[in-house]
Amino acid sequence: MTLPRFSPDSDPGPDFLGLLQRLDRSPSWDGVPVDANQITHGTTVVAIQTLDGVVMSGDRRATSGHLISHRTIEKVFPADQHSGVAIAGAAGPAMEMVRLFQLQIEHYEKVEGRPLSLDGKANQLSQMLRSNLPAALQGLGVVPIFAGFDEKLQKGRLFEFDITGGRYEEKDFAASGSGSLHASTVLKLRHNGKLSTDEAIDLSIEALFHAADEDSATGGPDPIRGIYPVVAVINSSGFTRIEDSELATRTNTLVEKVTGERS
Amino acid sequence: MNMPMYVSPEQVMKDRADYARKGITRGRAAIVSVFSDGVLLCAENPSNTLRKIGEIYDRIGFIGVGKYNEFDQLRVAGVRHADLKGYSFSREDVDARWLANQYAQTLGQYFTHEMKPLEVEIAIAEIGEEPGSDQIFHLLYDGTVMDTETFVVIGGETETVKTRLEESWKSNQPLTVVLNQAVNALAGPDRTLKADDLEVAVLGRGNGRRAFHRIENETLDEHLSEN
Repeated sequence: MTLPRFSPDSDPGPDFLGLLQRLDRSPSWDGVPVDANQITHGTTVVAIQTLDGVVMSGDRRATSGHLISHRTIEKVFPADQHSGVAIAGAAGPAMEMVRLFQLQIEHYEKVEGRPLSLDGKANQLSQMLRSNLPAALQGLGVVPIFAGFDEKLQKGRLFEFDITGGRYEEKDFAASGSGSLHASTVLKLRHNGKLSTDEAIDLSIEALFHAADEDSATGGPDPIRGIYPVVAVINSSGFTRIEDSELATRTNTLVEKVTGERS
Repeated sequence: MNMPMYVSPEQVMKDRADYARKGITRGRAAIVSVFSDGVLLCAENPSNTLRKIGEIYDRIGFIGVGKYNEFDQLRVAGVRHADLKGYSFSREDVDARWLANQYAQTLGQYFTHEMKPLEVEIAIAEIGEEPGSDQIFHLLYDGTVMDTETFVVIGGETETVKTRLEESWKSNQPLTVVLNQAVNALAGPDRTLKADDLEVAVLGRGNGRRAFHRIENETLDEHLSEN
C-alpha cells in the first residue's frame, strides 16, 4: 500500500466509497440467493423524537431462522458526534454498512474540513442502501433507521428507509425490524408529541418489552445475565449511551408497573 | 543528431533543491510542539478557509507549509491512506511512523522523477497514551524524514524562529504557555500576532477517540491574553 494518487479527473474527492471503488475494494455480496435460515438477522430497533433531540434503542437478540444466534448483539451505533444509526435485517451486511457509513461521514469531514449536513448524511445512507439492492433481493436486506440532532434547525430528526434506498422522514417515532409492528403500536399510543428525554427512554424500553412479548425474534430484558436493550440519547451535546445499571433500574420499574396493574 | 547537454547529477539535485527551498521559505513558518497533555500545531495563517493544519486520523495531525495545493494534496492522500488502512485492519493499526514513511516515499519520488519537486515541508504528529510518548515527524521536500519528541519549526525563516523558541521552550509545560511561546517565536520581537493571524489546533489526550481539536476565536483569544 502506497499513498493513493489520482489524476484530477478520477479523483474521488471526499467520497470514501468512491475511493474504495476506484481501488477495487468495494464490499460485494454478489452471488446466489442465500437461505434466510442460514444467516444472522438483527431484529427490532426504534427511535423516538423528544423535545430536545432523539432517543434510539434496539433489543439485543440476533436470530438465524428459529434459533437465537446471539444474545448481546448491538444494533444502535453512533454515526458521528450528533447522529446515530440503528439496524435491522441481515446482520453481516448491516454491520458492514454501518462501518462504511461511519467512515464515509468522518472521511468527508476530514477531507472537506467541515461536517456533512444531517440531510447529507441521510442521503448518503440512502445511496448505500440503493447500491445494496441486488444483495437485498438475494436475501441480504438491511433496513436501518437514521436519527440525529440537526444543528442548523436545533432539533432532533428521524429517518426511516426501505431496501431500495427510499428515505422517509418521520415526525414522532420510527421503528424497523421484525418486532417493529408491535413496538410501533406502543409508541403510537404513548407518544404525545412532547416527550422529555427521560420519558422517551422509558417509552423505548416499554416498546421493546412489548415487541419481545409478541415477536420471537426480539429479545426481552434478561436480568439473569444482565442484558438490557442498547439505548442512546442524541441531543445538542452529542451521542450518549445510557449505562446498563440505569437501564436495569428503569426495566424493574416497568416490570413493577405492569405487575401492579395486574394485581 | 542533437546530443542532450550533459549536466552532472549533483547539479541537477542542487538545482531542484534550491528551487524547492526557494518556494518554501517564501511562506510563513509553522510550529509543532509537545505540551504536557498533547501536541500543539500552530501556524501563521491569515486565511480562515485555506488551512495548513488538518486531522489525519484519531491520534494523528498534519501541518504543511509551502505551496498550498501541493501540501493539501498530501494531506488528503494521508487521510485516504489512513482511513483505508483503518478500514482494512483496525483503527489502532494506523500510526504516524508508517504514514511518515509513505510521505517520504512520495516526496522522494517527486524529487527525483517528476518534472519539478514538491515545494512543501510538512510535519505529522501523533499523541501517545502517556505524556512523553508523543511523536513528531518532520519531512522535507526531498523525502528526508526526521523525528523528534520535542518541537519542530517548518517553513519561513526556520532557523530564526527555531532559535527564538529554543530560548523559552521546556518540556512538560501546559498548553497556554507553549502556545504563547510558539506565537512569540513566530512573531519575533517586532510584531504581535493576533488570533486572526493564526491557525491553531491540538491533539489532546483528553479529547476522546478523535484527539484533533481546533482552537479558534474566543478560546484562542483567551489563551493569547494570558501572555
